[in-house]
Amino acid sequence: MTIQKYIEAVEKADSADLLLEATEALAEQKDPAAIPTLIEILGYNNPGAAVAAVDGLIDIGEAAVPDLLDNLDDYNYGARAWTIRAFAGIGDPRALDLLLKAASTDFSLSVRRAAARGLGFINWSKLPLEDILPAQKRILETLLLVCEDGEWVVRYAAVVGLQALLEEKSEDSEFVKQILEKFQFISKKDPEIAVRGRALMALAKINYPNFV
Amino acid sequence: MQQEYAEFGEPESLTEEVAIARLLQKKDLGQRYYAAWWLGRFRVTTAAAIDALLLALEDSEDRAPDGGYPLRRNAARALGKLGDKRAIAPLIRCLDFPDVYVREAAAQSLETIGDDSCIAPLLKLLAGGVAAAKQVPGKPHLVQPYEAIIEALGTLGAKEAKDEIEPFLEHPFPKVQYAAARAMYQLTGNAIYGDILVKALAGDNLQLRRSALIDLGAIGYYPAGEAIFNTLAENSMKLIALRGLLEYQLKKESQTSTLSRESIKLMQLMDGLL
Repeated sequence: MTIQKYIEAVEKADSADLLLEATEALAEQKDPAAIPTLIEILGYNNPGAAVAAVDGLIDIGEAAVPDLLDNLDDYNYGARAWTIRAFAGIGDPRALDLLLKAASTDFSLSVRRAAARGLGFINWSKLPLEDILPAQKRILETLLLVCEDGEWVVRYAAVVGLQALLEEKSEDSEFVKQILEKFQFISKKDPEIAVRGRALMALAKINYPNFV
Repeated sequence: MQQEYAEFGEPESLTEEVAIARLLQKKDLGQRYYAAWWLGRFRVTTAAAIDALLLALEDSEDRAPDGGYPLRRNAARALGKLGDKRAIAPLIRCLDFPDVYVREAAAQSLETIGDDSCIAPLLKLLAGGVAAAKQVPGKPHLVQPYEAIIEALGTLGAKEAKDEIEPFLEHPFPKVQYAAARAMYQLTGNAIYGDILVKALAGDNLQLRRSALIDLGAIGYYPAGEAIFNTLAENSMKLIALRGLLEYQLKKESQTSTLSRESIKLMQLMDGLL
């Protein structure tokens, strides 16, 4: 089957189940020609298909970034959340400003959640050497603030993002110190037991890398 | 797509005094309704707030087109959130009130307050069993708020209710079946009941999958972890369900200083849904 046939199958799908099936099949092709269709699916009200489309876009990777940036829909919060998830999964530094802003200020908690996690997984090899440290400092500053978000799941995601950043910066004593202090604090003081547990897991992973 | 009601619009900010005054006045019914919700939402647990809500629970001014009592419903819900023991007897009296949504709110609030004295009156509402649990002609609801009643009995650990609840696993409404499975798991710890809810995650109706997610989170059924991760539903809902499982695990192990394999597994699943 040509990629065009897979795209047609998505366009013809007239039920939620058919759309899901067609999206999964299209996403599996990992073909950049599928990008516009996969992006369109993010705006449909079909969470199953949106998950498959996000996975497909992440597999395609940086080739999808320009179209994703062009199509950021300010008015459809659902589509925006899925787009940020795609950026978070691709980890392309071109989306860094967007992720920083989304993690700390977006209206929707699922967008803040996805962005907070994504900030820990930026592909630094895509950035000029001299730009890396300043960008990482901005991420650290933002994620430390996001640890105070009113929603437990956003704080949880910030811990996950910080853990990934710490693994990236394990040689930089200033990063290590600030992040470890934050984890210690969260593991004792966060009001949600699930967030305290996640901070404990991050600490265990750092102290005993083979434990987790 | 993402259900995030709480995010749409900041609630009007009142003060405790203003909210109580609005609840006690009789002219503007809309203000009373909102004030009752507000006191619950912002956990105003002072004696004056409880007094005002208990008065609102007796209100007959605010009537819905369907004959219902919206202010009583909201007052009953708010009293559950506030958890004051003084509300128990008045809420039990609400279980005999004609408006089914008042009975539902009362059952849910009694579940939250968690006092054994409501077990017998709740059980009474299951009289007649599944045969009596019919839909009210022309209405979406059944003759009693069975889900709320059964869930409350489960949460309250009412082991004496097992024989009455079990037949509801065969009720024609899936959500009532799930409520029965949830309660039976809480009352017996038997995995067959948890597995009924796991199986529901593979069903083809999104509303029912969401309902099963909420139930599994509420009972903290660890073996459901992978199925929750894989079911087709919003990540937000799956994360909340997995948090429910994780809370049960973490509370179990709070005496020990290390995380269990089960807790780590659940957090790894949650990480994959962010």
